[in-house]
Amino acid sequence: MFGLNGGTQLQLRFDPERPIYQQIIDEFKRAVARGDLKPGDRIPSQRELATQARVNPNTVQRAYREMEWMGLVETLRGQGTFVAGEPALLATLRAEMADEAVERYVGEMRALGFSSQEILERTKRSLAQVKEGGDGNDG
Amino acid sequence: MTADPIVVLRDVYKRFPGAEALRGVSLDLPAGQIVGLLGPNGSGKSTLLKLMAGLYRPSSGTVLVGGRAPDRRTKTIVSYLPEVDHLYPWMTVQGSLEFVRAFFADWDDERARALLDFMGLAPGKKVGALSKGMRARLRLVLALARSAPLVLLDEPLSGIDPPSRSRIVDAILSEYRAGRQTIVISTHEVLETEALFEQLVLLESGTVKLQGDAERLRAEFGRSVQGIMEEVLA
Repeated sequence: MFGLNGGTQLQLRFDPERPIYQQIIDEFKRAVARGDLKPGDRIPSQRELATQARVNPNTVQRAYREMEWMGLVETLRGQGTFVAGEPALLATLRAEMADEAVERYVGEMRALGFSSQEILERTKRSLAQVKEGGDGNDG
Repeated sequence: MTADPIVVLRDVYKRFPGAEALRGVSLDLPAGQIVGLLGPNGSGKSTLLKLMAGLYRPSSGTVLVGGRAPDRRTKTIVSYLPEVDHLYPWMTVQGSLEFVRAFFADWDDERARALLDFMGLAPGKKVGALSKGMRARLRLVLALARSAPLVLLDEPLSGIDPPSRSRIVDAILSEYRAGRQTIVISTHEVLETEALFEQLVLLESGTVKLQGDAERLRAEFGRSVQGIMEEVLA
C-alpha cells in the first residue's frame, strides 16, 4: 500500500500474470472514480512509485505516459504529476468501471449456468439484503 | 525500439573442451532496460555474460557491445559482477571500495557511499567477517557504484538470505538510471524479480528459447514470468 496526499491508499500488490503497467493505470482510475483522488491532487513521482511498488521504472513510465495520453493526469515540469481537472472524465471513468464490473459479474454467473432471469432475481435479492445490512452498519 | 541495441549477438557459438556452452545464439538487447537472463543452471547464462564483458571470445559468430567487438577497452563501459566471490577477506569494506575504485574512471564516490549506507554495510568492517548475504550486498555496491552504461550481474541473488535479496533488488531499482543504463541480470530465482525486468531472455542448453518485452509476454501467456519460464522450459 502506498499513501497518497489526503491519506488515500493505492493497492500496489500486482497480479504477476497480467501486464503491470495496466494494473497501475487501473488502480489510478479506480482511485479517481471513487473520488479518493481529486482533480489537482498530486500523485507519486514515477521513481517513488517504482521503488515503493518494486516495479521497473520504465514500466511505471509507460503507465504514466498512457495516463497522460488518456487525460487522466498531467505532468508539470519540475512540479510533479497531478490528477487532471477534466470534469467529464470522472463520469466517463465511473461508467466505464461500472460496465466492466457488471460484465465480469454477469460473465461469472453465466459460466455457473444461471439464466438472465435468475441473475436478475438473485441480484435484486442480494441488493435488498445489502441495503438492510448497509443501513445497519452505517451508524 | 528506436535506440540502437547495446548488445548484438549473431549466431554465437562457444565451445569448451568437451562441452558446447552456447549453440547459435542471436540476440539484440535494447539499450536502457533491465534485462532478465533466465534459465536453469548450465544453460549458458554465465558464458553469455562473460562474452558480453569481453572475458571470453566466441568460438564462432559475432558479438558487439556498444557497437564494437569486446576487447580490453570494453571494461570502461561494462560493469561486470562475476558469480564467484572475488573479494579479499583481509580487506575492509572501505578498502575494497578503494581497491576497485582505482581501476575505473567512472566510479561515483557519492553513489558508493549512498549504496553502502542503504545496504547497511559498516565501512570499517573486515570482508572476512561479513555474512554471505552481506558480502553479496558489498559485491553489488561495487558493481553499481560505477556509471557504466552496461551493467552485467551474474546471479546476484543466488544462495543468500531473503532480506539481503530484497535489499539487493531495492538497490537495483533505486540506483538504476532509467532509460540511460542497461542492466542484465542472470538468475534462476524469479520470485523477487517478477516486476524488475522489462525484457526477458530465456536460455536453455545454450540456445535462446524466448525473448521479448516482459509485459507483452505476460499478456500473451496470461502467466507470470515464473509461469512463462515453467511453460517454455518444460
